Amino acid sequence: MSALISPPAPSGAVGRLLRSRLAAALATPHTVDRYLERFNPMWAAHEVRARIVSVHRETAGQDTAPVATLTLQPTSTWRGHRAGQHVLVGVELPGSAKRLTRAFSISSAASAPGEQITLTIRAHDEGQVSSYLVREAQPGTILHLSQAQGEFTLVESPATPTNNHLLFITGGSGITPAMSMVRTLLRDGYDGRAGRKVTFLHFARSPEDQIFAEELAGIAAADNDVTVHLRHGDQVFSEFELRRLVPDHRNTDTWLCGPAGLVDLVRDAYTDGEGELSPRLRMEFFKPAVARTAQPGETVEGEVSFTRSGKSAAATGASLLEQAEELGLKPEFGCRMGICFSCTRTKTAGTVRNVLTGEESSLPDEEIRICVTSAAGDCHIDL
Amino acid sequence: MTATVTEHDEKYHGLTAEQIEKLGEELDAIRQRVIADLGETDAAYLRKVVTTQRKLEIAGRALFYLPVVGWVPAVACLSVSKILDNMEIGHNVMHGQYDFLGDPAFNSRMFDWDTVCPGEQWKYSHNYIHHTFTNIVGKDRDVGYGILRMDPEQKWHPYYLGNPLYAFLLMTFFEWGVALHDLEVENIVSGKRKLADNKPLYPGLMRKIRKQALKDYVLFPALTGPLFPLTFAGNAVANLVRNVWAFNIIFCGHFPAGVASFSEEETENETRGHWYLRQMLGSANIKGSKLMHVMSGNLSHQIEHHLFPDLPARRYPEIAGEVQEICERYGLPYNTGRLSQQLFSVFRKIVRYSFPGGTAKVSPVRGPGSVTEDSLAA
Repeated sequence: MSALISPPAPSGAVGRLLRSRLAAALATPHTVDRYLERFNPMWAAHEVRARIVSVHRETAGQDTAPVATLTLQPTSTWRGHRAGQHVLVGVELPGSAKRLTRAFSISSAASAPGEQITLTIRAHDEGQVSSYLVREAQPGTILHLSQAQGEFTLVESPATPTNNHLLFITGGSGITPAMSMVRTLLRDGYDGRAGRKVTFLHFARSPEDQIFAEELAGIAAADNDVTVHLRHGDQVFSEFELRRLVPDHRNTDTWLCGPAGLVDLVRDAYTDGEGELSPRLRMEFFKPAVARTAQPGETVEGEVSFTRSGKSAAATGASLLEQAEELGLKPEFGCRMGICFSCTRTKTAGTVRNVLTGEESSLPDEEIRICVTSAAGDCHIDL
Repeated sequence: MTATVTEHDEKYHGLTAEQIEKLGEELDAIRQRVIADLGETDAAYLRKVVTTQRKLEIAGRALFYLPVVGWVPAVACLSVSKILDNMEIGHNVMHGQYDFLGDPAFNSRMFDWDTVCPGEQWKYSHNYIHHTFTNIVGKDRDVGYGILRMDPEQKWHPYYLGNPLYAFLLMTFFEWGVALHDLEVENIVSGKRKLADNKPLYPGLMRKIRKQALKDYVLFPALTGPLFPLTFAGNAVANLVRNVWAFNIIFCGHFPAGVASFSEEETENETRGHWYLRQMLGSANIKGSKLMHVMSGNLSHQIEHHLFPDLPARRYPEIAGEVQEICERYGLPYNTGRLSQQLFSVFRKIVRYSFPGGTAKVSPVRGPGSVTEDSLAA
């Protein structure tokens, strides 16, 4: 069954019926979606899935990672998004059939329920999901989505009765949520005549690596009171320059999204003499702390953090279950030999080793059996 | 049964500690190889089975609208659907066999099956208790399900004269037996467990029973209007067919003649190799066609399942030859037979142990003499 010619997801009366308590009771112990998905991946009563409509190459990425914009048609269950929000995207990688889930910002303007959205993604070298989506994904591919989430959103709109100056500071692919905000403002009729300025300051590695270059040039050239400052290569962020562009930046609503280095510099610029960070600065970054992996045979170095309980200890090579118990935690367990899955927990970040197979893994948000898993570097366990 | 497993020179089921360790390594290697090969074919297979099951279920529910001619095919479709849901899908998914896919629909922590036993509770008594303490009398509650006497080590009592009757009732109401299994009623009677220990289990159990009963005995029959009694009866028969089939497959997996049981003392300080050995000696297979394997959730390969409970069950047939070959090399039994043979063997046991005494038929372990260094090096 081709997803391209499939009928639209059931909505209206059919949708209401499928979401009813009667339908849920008839489908028990499974959910209605577990039946619908067998017949058409774009039919859903509760979950959100999306079909890739088109893939547009943004940068060629000769020296750096390529970037592409994916246009997605979500199922009718999509509730829409506010500018600046992100979605979790689940992808079944060909060859392994494993579904991996990652967060990506939405780059298109705020959407209404069921409306198309775009994701603009950079193919990171180690990122299996981003590489697949940028390099291999084809129109027609079905992705699993979450509803939009995140509070890094635009509160202003052309209709908002304020004359706040808005400032966006972004680096690399951190431009996407800010782009969604600017696109939303312009689409909804923002023209600068209300006396509100928008300043967009963006850092890219090189002019070739600049995403949305043409559109940004268009926005900058138009008479709309949006000023765009693009900085490339060695032109790193400086407080001096920021003060020149936006003298009262600490009292300006600012959205910051970019790599760790940029975030650190901007944070310093928004911290006053007494060490107080300006409440006007909003930040977003997705990348979890990168953990170092122990080489085979090397003694494990790293810290095991049980994030829910707030306890941590140096990795000893013992199983994570034993390490948790040594710290006085009482996680659920069963067989203690990896067969019963009672002790399954989520590793949110870091590197672990399966003691049965010796296999190491650094995937974020991975389910692991803590009785047969040990730390192979820093790691965070949801326990 | 006096051998202690810690002493090196003493043999355990005909093997030295060293040989048992080697056995474990060989089995670990098989496991490794299969894990490294898991991927799209396993996902595609599971999805195909699920799609077939969903279609059969929908067809079954729909056929009840055709009075007279539709009833028998409706019951047939629904019975097969429930069997697939419980065995090839539910049992296996809830073992974590498909957790590697990362698909919440097939995640062991989220899946629940079409029986009155809540998946959550079953996973404790089955995945943990039964699969960890397989055939250890006094620990593995699947030995007789707390109702039957299936082993000479279980002390006889006049109550057990009803063994065949209890077995028949357990077969008929199998899903209810499985659901109530976690309440450990026999341990409460004997004072090993307090009634209060069951309190946390009641809400989940009641919720599941209510949902299952509402669906099969109220809503779907009501939706067929005047055909309510026929649909009601059809759903009950489908549940019954599933119960009878599941009971028989499961009893053939652990109770035919020649399957060994173990005591708590001899299994103290077990190594991984010993655990593997116990799984091999404590399980039995059923020979049959591919259809028979699918319909049994590949539990017809109970030996392979007990060695590798978290590997996708569809892989068991492909490794069965190797496991059997290992058994032969180590002089161990590989208990297998046709369904009729295994069923008869189980039936005989149920009847025999309703009376006092009975001896554990010594498993045909060929013993140390037949296992040579040469054969192990093969």
